[in-house]
Amino acid sequence: MNRLAKLTFTELKLFLRDPTAVFFAVVFPPMLLGILGAIPAFREPSEDLGGQRVIDLYVPIMIGFVLAMLALSVLPTYLATYREKGILRRLSTTPVQPSSLLLAQLAMGVGMALVAVTLVLGIGVVVFDTAMPGQLLGYLVAFVLAAAASFAVGLLIAAVAPSGKAASGIGSILFFPMMFLAGLYFPREVMPEVLRRIGDFTPLGAGVQALQDATTGAWPQPLHLAVLAAFAIGASLTAAKLFRWE
Amino acid sequence: MSVIEVEHLRKRYRDVVAVDDVSFTVERGEIFGILGPNGAGKTTTVEIIEGLRTPDGGTVRVLGLDPRRDGAELRQRVGAQLQESELPDKLKVWEAMELYSSFYDRPADWRRLLEDLGLADKHDTKFGKLSGGQKQRLSIALALVGNPEIAVLDELTTGLDPQARRDTWELIDGIRNRGVTVVLVTHFMEEAERLADRVAVIDAGRLVAIDTPAGLVSRLDSGQRIRFQPTTPLDDWILTELPEVHSVQRSGAQVVVTGTGDLLQAVISVLARHHVVAAELRMEQANLDDAFMALTTHEERS
Repeated sequence: MNRLAKLTFTELKLFLRDPTAVFFAVVFPPMLLGILGAIPAFREPSEDLGGQRVIDLYVPIMIGFVLAMLALSVLPTYLATYREKGILRRLSTTPVQPSSLLLAQLAMGVGMALVAVTLVLGIGVVVFDTAMPGQLLGYLVAFVLAAAASFAVGLLIAAVAPSGKAASGIGSILFFPMMFLAGLYFPREVMPEVLRRIGDFTPLGAGVQALQDATTGAWPQPLHLAVLAAFAIGASLTAAKLFRWE
Repeated sequence: MSVIEVEHLRKRYRDVVAVDDVSFTVERGEIFGILGPNGAGKTTTVEIIEGLRTPDGGTVRVLGLDPRRDGAELRQRVGAQLQESELPDKLKVWEAMELYSSFYDRPADWRRLLEDLGLADKHDTKFGKLSGGQKQRLSIALALVGNPEIAVLDELTTGLDPQARRDTWELIDGIRNRGVTVVLVTHFMEEAERLADRVAVIDAGRLVAIDTPAGLVSRLDSGQRIRFQPTTPLDDWILTELPEVHSVQRSGAQVVVTGTGDLLQAVISVLARHHVVAAELRMEQANLDDAFMALTTHEERS
């Protein structure tokens, strides 16, 4: 346990020395929320959005952004680079097994996600008076499942990518359509029905909608929770089957 | 006492036989070289010893343990330096040492190790900023940080410049003096000749010879060769009479004598007795390079 804590701490230090990753995963999402909130029209309730404000909708979208960066980009790039450089193999000659490094990366990613999510929620609530989650338990369930689904897809990318560069490429290719369906470019509430329907079946689309529903006080829809659970289980089992340590 | 016992080891990858019936033992405290051309099966052999690969046949005992079954204990007691293995570019030297030392039950003092390996002034440098030689030394330090009884070093000096290579050799001598048994995989003759107490020569997956470097060289027929230019005419028989001499040949004005034993001494005294002065006298000795070529090229022909 002590070894795992030490590895996690080392991974955290390495992540903090990577300014681009820190900026896009931790600094950019709350900053973008701040920029959007600076536009007066986005702080006005809109009838198109069922009386909600644009800024309200962007809180869960930014949480989706954080998960997408950390789980789909940072995690697979690091792990595939570690495999490419023989670091995982090197570890298997020591008393620590390479799976510990994978766990350390996951722990670091989840920890940074919690920091960034706290920043997003905090700025929303304090600066723009967005709502605290109305259905708190539902919100926590939705967040845990959304994180599990995203990191499972990230592990799957790390499993199939032959190199760190390839992993980072696959991560970016997935990032844009997934964030589009999650509402980054225009919120799901104003999407055509067909796009919203497709989004329901993606980890970030389902995740953002589940968080959104729980914010307004409703229990997340079973469909979205089922989609998240299916991704979490399916992708992690496939990743476990395909993952190579060398 | 043997610390590594390998018997009838076999390993194949699909239709390629990587290791074919290899047997040897490594004694405590020695530097044991495993020498062979690229792709000969050297790395596969040591990876089986390290427990990274499962053999298809034969037995391997390391410190009396089975690398597959008792892997957890062996990883505490065997340090490894792998071919082409790196660290994260942004990890600092001291962080790597501290992290790796935390993996072991009885780690060495990593600060002293850095001093011994001449890395003390690189303490705070990131891995990506180290030179090739420094990375290699750090890799050796990491292999030793667990206070291992055996250190397996694979292609230690590949890619290093001659000075860095010589410095690294000094270090390996130092490791032996700590009482650590060293298994050294290499394709450099000079490295094996300089460092190893005994050498196993592996070619195309088979063990072709196992001996001291000098022993391997003495297996060659024409062990020594002397060239000189006689200042006065010389009859061959005064040389061929000598028991040390195998052959005498003329090449232009030069006489080339091959033989074994105290060849030089014998030739010089007989020349002196006949008042012949040998000008431009040169002695050529077969080295491990020649022995290696003789051992491995005849394998290739079959």
